[in-house]
Amino acid sequence: MGKLIVQRSLLGIVTLAAASVLIFIGTEILPGDLASAILQNSATPENLAKLRLDLGLDRPAIVRYFAWLFGALRGDFGHSLANGRDVLEEIAPRFANTMFLATYAAVVAVPLAVGLGLAAAIRQGGAFDRLVNVVTLMTISVPEYFLAYLLIKYVAVDLGWFPSLANVSSDTPFGDRLYYAFLPMLTLVLVIVAHMMRMTRASVLAVMASPYIEMAILKGLTKTRIVLRHALPNALAPIISVVALNLAYLIVGVVVVETVFVYPGLGQLMVDEVSKHDVPVVQACGLIFAAAFILLNLVADILSILSNPRLRQPR
Amino acid sequence: MTSEIAGTPIVLDIRAMRVAVRTDAGDGPVLVNDVSLELRRGEVIGLIGESGAGKSTIGLASMGYTRRNCFIVGGQIVFAGTDLRAIDAEGRRALRGLKLAYIAQSAAASFNPAMTLMDQVCEAPVRHKVMTRADAEAAAVHLFRELDLPNPETIGSRYPHQVSGGQLQRVMAAMAMVGKPEVIVFDEPTTALDVTTQVECLAAFRKLIRVHGAAALYITHDLAVVAQIADRIMVLRHGKMIEFGEARQILQEPREEYTQRLVRERTEGHAFIDAKSAGALPVLAVESVVADYVGKPKVIDGVSLEIFRGDTLAVVGESGSGKSTLARVVTGLLPRVAGDVRFNGASLPPRLSNRTRDQLRRIQMIYQMPDVALNPQQTVLDVIGRPVSFYFKRSRKEVRERVLELLRHMDLPEHFIERKTSELSGGQKQRVSIARALAAEPDLIICDEVTSALDQLVGEEILRLLKRLQDELGVAYMFITHDLGAVKRVANKVVVMLRGQMVASGDTASVFAPPYHPYTELLLSSVPEMRPDWLDEVLARRRAKAAA
Amino acid sequence: MRILGHKLSVTAQIGLAIIAVNLIVAVFAPLVAPYDQTTILGDAWADPDIHHWLGLDNLGRDIVSRLIYGARMSIGLALVITALSFCIGIITGFAAAVTGGWVDQALSRLVDLLLSMPTLIFAFVILSVLGSGLPVLIVTIAVLDSTKVFRLARSVAVGIVSLEFVEAARLRGEGWWWIITREILPNAIAPLTAEFGLRFCFTFLFIAALSFLGLGVQPPDADWGSMVKDYRDMINFGSAAPLYPAAAIAILTIGVNFVVDWMLSMHSRGQGEGA
Repeated sequence: MGKLIVQRSLLGIVTLAAASVLIFIGTEILPGDLASAILQNSATPENLAKLRLDLGLDRPAIVRYFAWLFGALRGDFGHSLANGRDVLEEIAPRFANTMFLATYAAVVAVPLAVGLGLAAAIRQGGAFDRLVNVVTLMTISVPEYFLAYLLIKYVAVDLGWFPSLANVSSDTPFGDRLYYAFLPMLTLVLVIVAHMMRMTRASVLAVMASPYIEMAILKGLTKTRIVLRHALPNALAPIISVVALNLAYLIVGVVVVETVFVYPGLGQLMVDEVSKHDVPVVQACGLIFAAAFILLNLVADILSILSNPRLRQPR
Repeated sequence: MTSEIAGTPIVLDIRAMRVAVRTDAGDGPVLVNDVSLELRRGEVIGLIGESGAGKSTIGLASMGYTRRNCFIVGGQIVFAGTDLRAIDAEGRRALRGLKLAYIAQSAAASFNPAMTLMDQVCEAPVRHKVMTRADAEAAAVHLFRELDLPNPETIGSRYPHQVSGGQLQRVMAAMAMVGKPEVIVFDEPTTALDVTTQVECLAAFRKLIRVHGAAALYITHDLAVVAQIADRIMVLRHGKMIEFGEARQILQEPREEYTQRLVRERTEGHAFIDAKSAGALPVLAVESVVADYVGKPKVIDGVSLEIFRGDTLAVVGESGSGKSTLARVVTGLLPRVAGDVRFNGASLPPRLSNRTRDQLRRIQMIYQMPDVALNPQQTVLDVIGRPVSFYFKRSRKEVRERVLELLRHMDLPEHFIERKTSELSGGQKQRVSIARALAAEPDLIICDEVTSALDQLVGEEILRLLKRLQDELGVAYMFITHDLGAVKRVANKVVVMLRGQMVASGDTASVFAPPYHPYTELLLSSVPEMRPDWLDEVLARRRAKAAA
Repeated sequence: MRILGHKLSVTAQIGLAIIAVNLIVAVFAPLVAPYDQTTILGDAWADPDIHHWLGLDNLGRDIVSRLIYGARMSIGLALVITALSFCIGIITGFAAAVTGGWVDQALSRLVDLLLSMPTLIFAFVILSVLGSGLPVLIVTIAVLDSTKVFRLARSVAVGIVSLEFVEAARLRGEGWWWIITREILPNAIAPLTAEFGLRFCFTFLFIAALSFLGLGVQPPDADWGSMVKDYRDMINFGSAAPLYPAAAIAILTIGVNFVVDWMLSMHSRGQGEGA
């Protein structure tokens, strides 16, 4: 089993490396001259030459890639083309904000989703289950900005309970942060609770259909004991997988939500900088997002290996 | 099995039980139709029938339990004076695992892979609060010993996947017995096991029942098995009771026609078939063939055989013997590593892709599971017609006529030609498979466990059909099976395989008569016979051998 | 109501109705829309009235008409991309399943790699440099999405290939083309159709999200996502304008999901392993 974990971790590192290559290729080596893409209309021959030199575009691609990668590993992502500041300095506070929002949402969503999923599986077929099924199906179909604007219109503008713009900065006190970030958090929660709940329910139902559950019923065990002692340990692996996958999805969903609420996080930064063709920043953001995503997938894999009873006890 | 039980108290009284399917879409078929029985203490009633007879449903319903969408819609199930249908779910739950115990068909699936065996064995009495954990463990170890399990002291600390199938089945029996139940339901407990393992389990179960004086319902489709263990036998068909009586009477003087058919097929003494090989050159000659899967030990090690025109050569073995792999080597799906396979004298290329279309045509195969052997989206015309058009390039009209002709040969109605294969029953599908093989006009047909997935009577009809076709067409068969009874019935030659090697070969008459190879003897002696004292004899013989 | 012999649930019927309405609107847009999508008819953000049911937008154009024409772009684009991704995914997935060996291993590893990376981020990165011309958009998203179709197509094909009737065809000497089209494909239609619905929803939402973020469909073309982006500022003045295109997106996705959910539940319920 230890061997499996090491294998998966290595695979994760390889994936991250591949992601970095793709990000680099995506931003610097695709057809079309990078410098002209950045300068667009203000491209004079002198500007182009100077920019090319600045960006080091005269060096071969492989050299540039490794220079960038090793720089990134040291924390040096270069300088923003928009305002010249060190990229890491720009990103750090934004990253902190995004992590705050994501954690806020996860802490609320995960227990809620798993609990609802378990409840729906246990009461399978009843009115509760069918209602929940339809409601969650609708919620996962809906784009995040729809929910976000719904909340803004009715909760923020009409009722005025929460602000529609999440004005958070580095010195906002914790309590205020929770207040400002409430609507964005709620939007995220609504989306991922629905996904996680459906998948939890499906996993638990699959386990409940196993023959050993029937055997437990025939042994006269109480429903509580069957669910907690027989079903849950075997459903744990798929549930953990589901949770981690959804958290990975959260990383991506946060981009849209931050844009709607103008929340100063990494996602909103990336969107802004993309339109300015601020390549170093976009690369750095992309790499960080990819790393977080891959890391969460890796954690999901490892946790599900650890919780698989067959793998824990070798023959 | 003598029964001096009249007068002992009735433990389980089932009166006119009816179980039916009910879904959102409405009422479905009736699974159990008006079945009644009285089970007395210390008695074993065998429930026998083919698939769909309702025997499992009765077993489960006796515990007050039904599967999804099934409901007990009529009758009473009286256990120790209480009607299980009249009390609430909580009441039924309190009885299960304690007074009413169940032993399932597949032990591997019925154990929770995440818990140790001891935890699961002790769980029921401890949770029902009739024993402490320490007492339960002691009782469990005692039962393990009684059931002849290896390492009775420590086997409990293992996980289900670390223990073999036959041992797991006995652990499940211990799990059922530890709460000292009054009624035990055995639901086809030895069906999934190899024939040689089955004997040990049967003996263990019988000892358990005798020693603990419990009452039992023993469900099986195998008359010979039930003969060893039951005091009375109930024959079921399509949910209805056909006949119910003392074991001896049912086995020796069955009254109903259905029961007679079941019994007759099993006991009919079949004379060994005379060798009637024809032709100078064997149709198929396998010489010292060796095969393996990459990186694994040899699956087939030095197997040789010859099949002549008109022969039926049976390849017999248990799981892991390599008999199915032999078929794959002959057809070229698995290339041989050494040795030769010759067809009508000419050597066949080891790989399927290197063979000519004509070589492929002359060897055909029929599979075990009719449901997956035919493409469910195709019609009977597609399935049987394809070999005709593929090999012989006939026109559409000619193909259709040939298919109709083959259907007639198979005793299938002509209008089946337009039906999708998914609409047919298991036996009908198998006939279509045979027709598909015949459509290629082959010299050799490989039958891979073709009756194992079918009910007994249906399977026997298929065997008769195959025999008839051989007599008419002179085709040769390689008949792969684990069922020695079928071998005696159809094969004039036999090859016995054990772990990839051939341990015996030759005419059936000589291989199945002494002096035997020890494994052949083991196989033959493990096949249950209808005589009630068969099990005692086998055990006595084995004990004598072990002592010698 | 029944289709092909199967009974439709209430939600599935609603879903079909929604899909039908959307398709009709998209196909017959010029006939259905009251006005042209670019004509300026009055002041910006005029209130809804009898002529303009949802009012006028930021440039004075009729919102209802823009919604109707937007349907063409949104739905059409998503359909084209899903169809392309399906072709790529099915061909590669079936090929991998049927050939096995190192081809299968290589493709599967590559796909696993692509799947473990966040699609939005990737699309971002690529589109930010290549620009969002429609061809680039279509190809980029189709290729990224085809990895998921590959996975499903391969697993379905592998499942079917393991059944004996495929072996019977191979033993006969049938070529791979025959086996794929006549043995595998007919049995794969059900799960593949459901997957098409799911992929469509995902692509549809994805394009809309990209447009919303400024990277999808570019002006003068307009789809529902970019409409949400254009109208977003109005939310602060109490107007529900951005909700209209967002609601249109939501409704169609819900409709397709209802139908797909029904298809999937039918498939699993009907497989009884009876005696």
